[in-house]
Amino acid sequence: MTKQEIEKKVELIKEISGCDPYKCMKCGKCSGSCPSFNEMDVKPHQFASYIINGDIESLVGSQSLWKCLTCLACIERCPRNVQPGKLIDAARQLVERERGGDHLLADDIPELIDDDVPQQLLVSAYRRYRR
Amino acid sequence: MKYSYYPGCTLKNKAADLDLYARKCAEILGFELEEINEWQCCGGVYPLGSDEIATKLSSVRALNDAKEHGQDLVTLCSACHHVLKRVNDDMKNVSDISDRANNYLALDEPYRGETKVLHFLEVLRDVIGFDELAKKVTNPLTGKKIGAYYGCLVLRPGKILEFDDPENPKIMEDFIRALGAEPVVFPYRNECCGAYTSLKEGGISQERTKLIFDSSNGFGADMLITACPLCMYNLNKSEADSKIPVYYFTELLAEALGAKEGNS
Amino acid sequence: MQRIGVFVCHCGTNIAATVDVKKVVELVRFEPGVVFADDYMYMCSEAGQEKIGEAIKEHGLTGLVICSCSPRMHEKTFRACAEKAGLNPYMVEIANIREQCSWIHKDREEATEKAVILARAAIAKVNLNAPLQEGESPVTKRALVIGGGIAGIQTALDIADAGYQVDIVEREPSIGGRMSQFDKTFPTLDCASCILTPKMVEVNQHPNITLYTYSEVEGVSGYVGNFDVQIRKKARSVDMAACTGCGECQAKCPLGKSGKIPSEFDRGLRGRSAIYMPFAQAVPAVPVIDRENCTYFKTGKCGICAKICPSKAVNYEQEDEIVTVKYGAIVVATGFDIINLDKYGEYAYNESPDVITSIELERLMNASGPTGGHLERMSDHKQPKDIVFIQCVGSRCDDERGKPYCSKVCCMYTAKHAMLIKDHWPDTNITVFYIDVRTPGKNFDEFYRRAVEQYHVNYVKGQVGKVIPQPDGSLMVQAVDMLDNKQIMKKTDMVVLAAAIEPNKGVRKIATMLTASIDNNDFLTEAHAKLRPVESPTAGIFLSGMAQGPKDIPETVSQAGAAAVKVVGLLAKDKLKTNPCTAKCDPMFCNGCSTCANVCPYGAITYEDQLVRGPGVNETRRVAVVNNALCQGCGACTTSCPSGAMDLQGFSNRQITTEVDSICR
Repeated sequence: MTKQEIEKKVELIKEISGCDPYKCMKCGKCSGSCPSFNEMDVKPHQFASYIINGDIESLVGSQSLWKCLTCLACIERCPRNVQPGKLIDAARQLVERERGGDHLLADDIPELIDDDVPQQLLVSAYRRYRR
Repeated sequence: MKYSYYPGCTLKNKAADLDLYARKCAEILGFELEEINEWQCCGGVYPLGSDEIATKLSSVRALNDAKEHGQDLVTLCSACHHVLKRVNDDMKNVSDISDRANNYLALDEPYRGETKVLHFLEVLRDVIGFDELAKKVTNPLTGKKIGAYYGCLVLRPGKILEFDDPENPKIMEDFIRALGAEPVVFPYRNECCGAYTSLKEGGISQERTKLIFDSSNGFGADMLITACPLCMYNLNKSEADSKIPVYYFTELLAEALGAKEGNS
Repeated sequence: MQRIGVFVCHCGTNIAATVDVKKVVELVRFEPGVVFADDYMYMCSEAGQEKIGEAIKEHGLTGLVICSCSPRMHEKTFRACAEKAGLNPYMVEIANIREQCSWIHKDREEATEKAVILARAAIAKVNLNAPLQEGESPVTKRALVIGGGIAGIQTALDIADAGYQVDIVEREPSIGGRMSQFDKTFPTLDCASCILTPKMVEVNQHPNITLYTYSEVEGVSGYVGNFDVQIRKKARSVDMAACTGCGECQAKCPLGKSGKIPSEFDRGLRGRSAIYMPFAQAVPAVPVIDRENCTYFKTGKCGICAKICPSKAVNYEQEDEIVTVKYGAIVVATGFDIINLDKYGEYAYNESPDVITSIELERLMNASGPTGGHLERMSDHKQPKDIVFIQCVGSRCDDERGKPYCSKVCCMYTAKHAMLIKDHWPDTNITVFYIDVRTPGKNFDEFYRRAVEQYHVNYVKGQVGKVIPQPDGSLMVQAVDMLDNKQIMKKTDMVVLAAAIEPNKGVRKIATMLTASIDNNDFLTEAHAKLRPVESPTAGIFLSGMAQGPKDIPETVSQAGAAAVKVVGLLAKDKLKTNPCTAKCDPMFCNGCSTCANVCPYGAITYEDQLVRGPGVNETRRVAVVNNALCQGCGACTTSCPSGAMDLQGFSNRQITTEVDSICR
């Protein structure tokens, strides 16, 4: 990515999330709260610094985008109102808004579901994994 | 007392019990749930992106419908409750979203978050009152030790949902007490069940639900109640040794009010 | 016509970098009344002041306009400079072209234009200034200290030792405050009681100190040097003179053993009797009856304490008493408490008795505490083998649950706790979850390092997300080790929370009574953060201890001494100069409507019947009269007066409208 592209994406993440990564004091309460911590390669307490340092490539390429459960625990508990969950969600949307960014294909669904799957699961997964 | 009612997709299908028992109980408790005309799916997930409008419009239509009927809007499903309350907050307090949504919808009168959104449990707590509910119980669930599993969507973010203390809620415990049973407080009651990830990778929800069952079972619960069809699904799919039965809260309510037998 | 000199200061580059100072001089030269204008690098310096003095004499100046910093900074300086050169100090006006101009603007042209406008307004005002004479008021040579913790105790002792009378008003039944609850103090590990109780006794015995315990300030009127304070002495239900402090009543009170009344002193970790002294070393050693909980007061039955008291000191009929005392100065030393943790459900403070606050830990480790100094879990009375400390609970927060500031003392007291526990029970495993370890202070970092290097306390950088009580009675701590990038699930026996400190709840009420300002966090504000740190902006009000901001005991004691010196400096004066910029009523226009008296915050306005004579008027009627000694010149009356009869000397309605006119010109 060029410097301009990075800057543009940083701005976009800030805009989509409505969050200010500079408010982060690196306390780690988000990572201390996250139920998906062990699944993530970039950890919740690192989201803000990745954005501040412009390491967007690593962030949007990270598995963490798809491991966040949107349980909002980090958002509820963040003492600085940084809301890391919103930052990673913005990065995910950045990916999904680009062509080919979908993480779930309609054709795959029949194989994934069983008789008990509630509609809520399907619509949620659709929202989370696809534009 | 009449409320506008937003059932949501799942309650029309896989979670029909949640809906059916709620309607029956409402009748016994003296209020009516009037289903909104032609409601559309809320999307299940609140769009966290602050620039998304289209995904919020179905909620706004439902909210506006309730406004036009001059009624508060009642929900049962945790996800619908979550999405509708948050979109309503946007319409009331975030002028950018509110303006753009109104421009798009071109309603007769702009919608600015006038409708009050209530979870069915909030109606029980704030309108009926748990003391009054207890008086209507004909079949008290005496001796049952019930863990209230809240999950995430019904509680957080606390500041916007204003449902209960997100870290230490008690509305469902009070509800359980009103039904004559004994609530079992356990620390995983507001921890995530794995949510939507169970569609593609069951591992996370297996791990999460095991923690939930270990904790609730460990503290002596015989069963769990929930308001969320997705939590219900993930909990039911759990392979944990400590697994205990899970019910929708309305099913136990119906049982306590004597509305379950012969009708279900 | 005035002869006005205008002096424009560069303030180094503070002003000159943004404002074209020379241009300002050139443009104001032609304003009405101006006969001289000049600029200088530092107007407030000795050379700058000499320049002003010379110009006054040389050009026969009758008024000065200084274009410089805020009047809060140097108005006094320039008034003194004018007076030295024979000019009435109230003929000086300041145009603030620094804080209100150069500091907040970037565009040089715009800033210069604004500086000229501000100067023009000040010039227009000086044209209407008249010399004013300061009055004098006497000084009551007695000080009041509100709060009897270590801050109040030290302030009172220092004032009393200097030879002045001082009274302490303390809300609780005993003086001693928070420090009396502590076990040991950092970094020397002195026993808190051993260094505090002698001071408490000294206060009690000092001939110059009067103690009002179980008492509260009820009302304050007056002004610097002449405050009238109403003190409510709450009914103790025990005759102070007769009681010998034998303690029989407490021992026999049937509620004592019930545990129904939580002891405030022991932070609810044990119960107390209804007739009680907060702790054994209480000063005065006289109990009080907690009437809300006492069986006799609730039902009329019992009365055991009165029956068994050997000196017949118990008196159920006693009533609150209000005394009014005159003071020259008041010190606010109301101290602190920790924040309520109800909103921090994730730490399970309300759910688990084994999650405690640091102050509770102080009580648990104190030999006079509920466990006799033996550290044990409140749930099963077992000694914890593993303890987790969580730092910054509610400190450094930008949300509604916590406080935005660093509480300053937690890092040090946690290191202290860890070492004391390790000293007594070396096998205990201790983990401290921290965000940053902050230890500025003499011998402080060495102290913290000792905890790590000598005692092997495990410091982990990372915050705890949740404390999860386990069915087996232990606690699971879910946290992160940010340096290891790992989530930690740590099983422990006890969790200690370093809860944020906050000013004592009552301070808001007291600040309002004193018209002393407080900040967004309810800490009292200083007159100047750096140069007047122990004075309130309200004259005659001084600050001591945590009421002003987070600080430890050595700092509190230093500040207490500083506040005492300021008080003594005030009480040493026989007379105080009074502000001549007071309100004045023109009886011709006053119709006695009472509006001004209703808005006056100082009670400076009364009414009297006066003979009013003028064109077409010759009658006796009710008109407003201002007491110049009480009036602080706030101007509330002048803006509320419907007939324009009230005017403020030095800031007359005409002067202010002229200023506005000149700005809008």
